[in-house]
Amino acid sequence: MNDLNKTIYHVRLHRFALVTAGCTFLLLLAGALVTSTGSSLAVPDWPLSFGKFFPQMTGGVLFEHGHRMVAGTVAILTLGLAITTQKLEQRPCVKKLAWTALGVVILQAVLGGVTVLLHLPTQVSVAHAGLAQIFFCLIVTLSLVTSKNWIGETPRRLTDRHSSLRRWALWTTFLVYIQIVVGAVARHSGAGLAIPDFPLSFGSIFPPEWTPLVLLQFAHTRAGASAVLLLVTHTAFRFCFHYPEEKGLFWPAATAGLMVWLQCFLGILIIFTQKAIVPTSVHLIFGAVILAAMLVLTLKSSQLFRTGTQV
Amino acid sequence: MDMRKYYALMLVATLALAGCGSKDDDDELTEGKGGSSTAASAPAAALGTASIAGKVTLTGKAPNAAKIAFDADPVCKSQHTGTANDETVIADAKGNLANVFVYVKDGPNTAAPSTPVVLTQHGCLYSPHVFGLQANQPLQIVNEDGTMHNVHCMATINDGFNVAQPTQGMKTDKKFSKAEVLVKFKCDVHSWMHCFAGVVNNSFFSVSGTDGGFKISQLPAGSYTVVAVHESYGESQPQKVDVKDGEAKSVNFTFAAK
Repeated sequence: MNDLNKTIYHVRLHRFALVTAGCTFLLLLAGALVTSTGSSLAVPDWPLSFGKFFPQMTGGVLFEHGHRMVAGTVAILTLGLAITTQKLEQRPCVKKLAWTALGVVILQAVLGGVTVLLHLPTQVSVAHAGLAQIFFCLIVTLSLVTSKNWIGETPRRLTDRHSSLRRWALWTTFLVYIQIVVGAVARHSGAGLAIPDFPLSFGSIFPPEWTPLVLLQFAHTRAGASAVLLLVTHTAFRFCFHYPEEKGLFWPAATAGLMVWLQCFLGILIIFTQKAIVPTSVHLIFGAVILAAMLVLTLKSSQLFRTGTQV
Repeated sequence: MDMRKYYALMLVATLALAGCGSKDDDDELTEGKGGSSTAASAPAAALGTASIAGKVTLTGKAPNAAKIAFDADPVCKSQHTGTANDETVIADAKGNLANVFVYVKDGPNTAAPSTPVVLTQHGCLYSPHVFGLQANQPLQIVNEDGTMHNVHCMATINDGFNVAQPTQGMKTDKKFSKAEVLVKFKCDVHSWMHCFAGVVNNSFFSVSGTDGGFKISQLPAGSYTVVAVHESYGESQPQKVDVKDGEAKSVNFTFAAK
């Protein structure tokens, strides 16, 4: 991705990556609905569903098999994307990225099957949830680096006074991912409502008893949420304040900065609605959007600050 | 590439998983995860002539039973002309509480019958909603509906299982090797379907009827601890009962509505 000016922009490749990213986003939503509706084991076998390729789509099967169908589509798209990238793309690292995405989506499918066959062990379910976000990040990255703006980016006169923002963006992205994984652990270990009230915990600032589930829920909904809220807001604000004219930085920053507040509101709503399906599922995909926005911000800032003629 | 080819590819790619499957295909759940001893490991006691009977009641206002919406599956909906209520708490105006599993906690082990206990899925509901069986007694689960069910057993002491019953008339035979009260079963296809089994090491158990009544028969003379367990209200205070041969004792249990 270094010799950007020698790279040719392929509109077909970029659109393919965008479509795959869109479908992956739908896949995340479908996966969220499976867990939220308690349909994870509605289809007890895998890779077939009730011994068929296409079972009767009723009740929980609609969500579970629907998830498998969307996953199948995304896997096929990813295979197509990898082949197209191999054919059209000059940059070796982008080719590698596309094939890595294919490997990840296959591994993800296997994890999905294993978690069904083993009756949702927490470790496997969390790995499935965590890898889903990594896969989404890979596809978002592919979409970004095949875009016209990325390839045609000319050196900028960005001041190095704010080059530390690159590190802020990177660490914020990392923290957002960790928060998502902790949330997945809480969700799949049944700790989602271990602390039933908010903002207090069992009527106190700190829970009276620290069981593993309480600790997990506290880590996600109090400690982690506060840290992510502060860090994303701070990073987003600094990018928006210093680079309002740089659309490639401004919009991801603004998106992450706005959505992190909505995300916290959804988190509170989950507690008050006793894990209602809609807020719980939307909470998951908002997390993915924030992660993707931070990732784009990190990559874009890295590119601009690196290619910029610093003054 | 159509879905069939895709699935075939996936199958080949994941052959390694063949050895990673659960023990669901086994009809006998031979290994548990700890818990009480198996019925098979202790000598079977002779049956007696004493009995314990009584009533289970609920104090306070029983929660309104939620109406089950069968809309998720047209087959289920077509089997119910009227409405059906959730069976979690069934109590009449007098407070008589049904579906409470009552058992002699420290009763002597008795031989497990070879006759299976039958759990049916009919009209997209489990019947019976609460039932008892002995460890190592066969359990036959039958799908009488023209739609698919999955039988998801959420045992914690015994091994759980999750089996598909996609066709009408399908039967699945299982056994539990260890005592466990209560074991939850649910269908993930139809989210309203759930039921509970009390697995014990002897035949000294009963489930309260709609009048709250229960009766445990053929007890040998002795001193026993009797316990009632409800799926929502949990385990009652244990009650000590001494019975002599031929004697009929009365024991009542009360749960407080939440």
